[in-house]
Amino acid sequence: MSTPTAAASVPTLDVSGTAPTPFSRLVTTELRKTWDTRAGSWLLISTAALTGLVMVIQLIVAVAQDLELTYNDFLTSTNFSIALLLPVIGILLLTSEWSQRTAMVTFSLEPRRPRVIAAKLAVGVALAVVAVVVALVLALVCNLVYGALSDFAVEWDVSVLQTLSFVLFQVVGMLTGFAFAALLLSSPAAIVLFMVYSFVLPTIFGIGAALIGWFEDLQPWIDFADAQTPLIDASMTGEDWAQFAVSGFIWLVIPLAIGLWRVLRAEVK
Amino acid sequence: MITVEGLTRKYGSFTAVDNVSFVCQPGRVTGFLGPNGAGKTTTMRVMVGLTPPTSGRATIGGHLYQHIPNPGRHVGVLLDASAQHGGRTGREVLEIGARTMGLPSSRVDEMLEMVSLTSGEAKRRLRNYSLGMKQRLGIAHALLGDPSVLILDEPANGLDPAGIRWMRGLLKGYAERGGTVLLSSHLLHEVEQIADEMILIGNGRIVAQGDKKTLLAGDATTASTLVTALDNQVLADALAAKGIAVTGAGEGLRVDAATVDVGRVAAENAIVLTDLRAAEGGLEDLFLALTAETQREAVV
Amino acid sequence: MVADAHHLGHAIDISSTSPTPFWRLVRVELRKSYDTRAGFWLLAVIGLIVLAAEIIVLAVVTTQDESIALGDFVAVAAFLTSFLLPVLGIMVLTTEWSQRTAMVTFALEPRRPLVIAAKALVGVLLTLATVAVSIVIGAVCNALYGVIEGSADWTFGWSDFWAFLLTQVLAMLGGFALAALLLNTPAAIVVFFVYKWVLPGLFELGAQLVGWFGDLRPWLDFQSAQNAIWEWSSSGEDWANLVVSGVVWLGLPLAFGIWRVLRAEVK
Repeated sequence: MSTPTAAASVPTLDVSGTAPTPFSRLVTTELRKTWDTRAGSWLLISTAALTGLVMVIQLIVAVAQDLELTYNDFLTSTNFSIALLLPVIGILLLTSEWSQRTAMVTFSLEPRRPRVIAAKLAVGVALAVVAVVVALVLALVCNLVYGALSDFAVEWDVSVLQTLSFVLFQVVGMLTGFAFAALLLSSPAAIVLFMVYSFVLPTIFGIGAALIGWFEDLQPWIDFADAQTPLIDASMTGEDWAQFAVSGFIWLVIPLAIGLWRVLRAEVK
Repeated sequence: MITVEGLTRKYGSFTAVDNVSFVCQPGRVTGFLGPNGAGKTTTMRVMVGLTPPTSGRATIGGHLYQHIPNPGRHVGVLLDASAQHGGRTGREVLEIGARTMGLPSSRVDEMLEMVSLTSGEAKRRLRNYSLGMKQRLGIAHALLGDPSVLILDEPANGLDPAGIRWMRGLLKGYAERGGTVLLSSHLLHEVEQIADEMILIGNGRIVAQGDKKTLLAGDATTASTLVTALDNQVLADALAAKGIAVTGAGEGLRVDAATVDVGRVAAENAIVLTDLRAAEGGLEDLFLALTAETQREAVV
Repeated sequence: MVADAHHLGHAIDISSTSPTPFWRLVRVELRKSYDTRAGFWLLAVIGLIVLAAEIIVLAVVTTQDESIALGDFVAVAAFLTSFLLPVLGIMVLTTEWSQRTAMVTFALEPRRPLVIAAKALVGVLLTLATVAVSIVIGAVCNALYGVIEGSADWTFGWSDFWAFLLTQVLAMLGGFALAALLLNTPAAIVVFFVYKWVLPGLFELGAQLVGWFGDLRPWLDFQSAQNAIWEWSSSGEDWANLVVSGVVWLGLPLAFGIWRVLRAEVK
């Protein structure tokens, strides 16, 4: 409680000495919230464990069957781990506030909701980067072990561009999950939508393109998953980037914008 | 009637309920009293088969809860009024309960009326209910099957004063008709006014049980009185002259003597009293003393 | 204890109370599947997606002058419902945990296996309803196709119908089994989609790379094994594959999950 000044007849709250919550503090809090529950820590642990497991299986099979593998082959196997679970992390980052009703507390401690959402987004990106680092290290170790055990020479087909592409690919995956979550604010609905988007939609797009002439021309501009494929081997051309931008606008920016507008206006219960 | 025999529930090395035994008689309201985290809820959960006991058992009317067919018709349970689907309407929650028990929909209307939820409120989704409304709905749900035993965990939580008075009357009437009621609370005054029998629990152990008189009789603390006179100073001097300890308490005095002694002193000295009553501190002091080692705050 | 209580006159007389009949549990669980906004919309969305897909297919084939049969329309519906029904199967079970209603449900019916069985049956009933709706929508679209193109191909055998029905029920039960195992909506959905879309690729890869895995695969790959149903295979080994892989993907998670639900402390 502030002491009322002598001049003012109505006591006012003296807020001049209180600094607003800095963004960095929001980010560290949000980061903590990702792992301080059992569900959260298990999701992160499973992601790392799955990444390692897939690579080790790949390593065992390659050594046992005398297959030739490169560093990049190990990295690509993250399609079955990180690429699948990072978006789920992105989704739960946002929806758990609603399903567990913690949004009430969060938004009463920081009523500037866009900053809270931005902090969550920053945490998501940070986790994606961490996941990528973990994947790079695991791939490095696997490739070294492979070199020691296999008859083939170790191949380090690694470049800065490739690594950056890989980071961008994973960050975009996380953001897509986050955007779907913002749009639907429900964990099951967002996860189903994401899975449909990543597994079912490509099939449907493929059928559509095979049947309808004009759709085949349209597809690259609306198929975001397809537009990201060149990222994996860092072979993006000018047109690829244009298609990436247009389809990304549809699948990332629009849901995120609608979702944010909804979160900002929503009555928090 | 509810019988709990040597009930223990451990979570790893933590003992939530430690060898608890008690009986709740029909026709009486039994209050289950203890500070937060004392083991009240765990005990009640074991009674209704939601938590398996580590050892011991709890029976209701001679049966394990799991062995009672259509248990909703015999035992009314309210453990957590908030544990309902937020997307369901209040009426729908009761409707589902009624259908599970095989009751007609008219029973739902009766119950809604009994707990004073209007038809408009009953159509709202639970997400939009206040805690008090959820609590009323939970009580309606517990009474739906016209059970002979009621197990209610903190039923007065969130109720307004009128609601608490209503619930008190409801449960007293229920017990007078021969029903068995077990209700838990951490609020002494609430239980004191409604319970015929009290079970005090702290740290998973029963620290005392009996009716209010028995509990107080076993307590060595002397009676205490709150009194206000037109001139408190004159009264204080008069009491002090008799060797009775007096302390100031709000606008009046707190006296370590029975009301009759204070009244006598006032009459002898022709002092006008505006308020004279027994301090209700007796039971509260007892409660705090008995559960002292389990309280979060040191008892002064 | 019982005799003692009788003596005191305090025992509850349960002789005249009949246990809750199973069909009543099923009806209540059925009601619970659509009486919340989330549940209602899940069912509505399944119907709407099937409808939208069939209309798109109809529009595409008529504008492109392709030929189509009733069986094709039904196949499109089957493709879509094969991943929406499992989600339904998952949510039928997991919402009791996420919304904490299991406490009330199991207090009213402590015989938990019956509750689980009622839920599984509700899943099957909703699957049957979805199949019926899909066939009706398919038939209407096919009739429209006939009106627009002049003639409609009504090729759709009864064996296809039964195969459609059976595979959809198995798909739904697959979700239900994972839900029983994990008791958590997001986890069950993620694992289901991994099982449905990622695992076949991995099986394929494994079979190509590792010799002995190629022999083992038919006994593990429940989804490929279901082709036996569509083809009404006459090979006994195909059906044996189906049973064994079904035990792995349905039987084991369901058994372990139910064991867990029965022992679980319901919070």
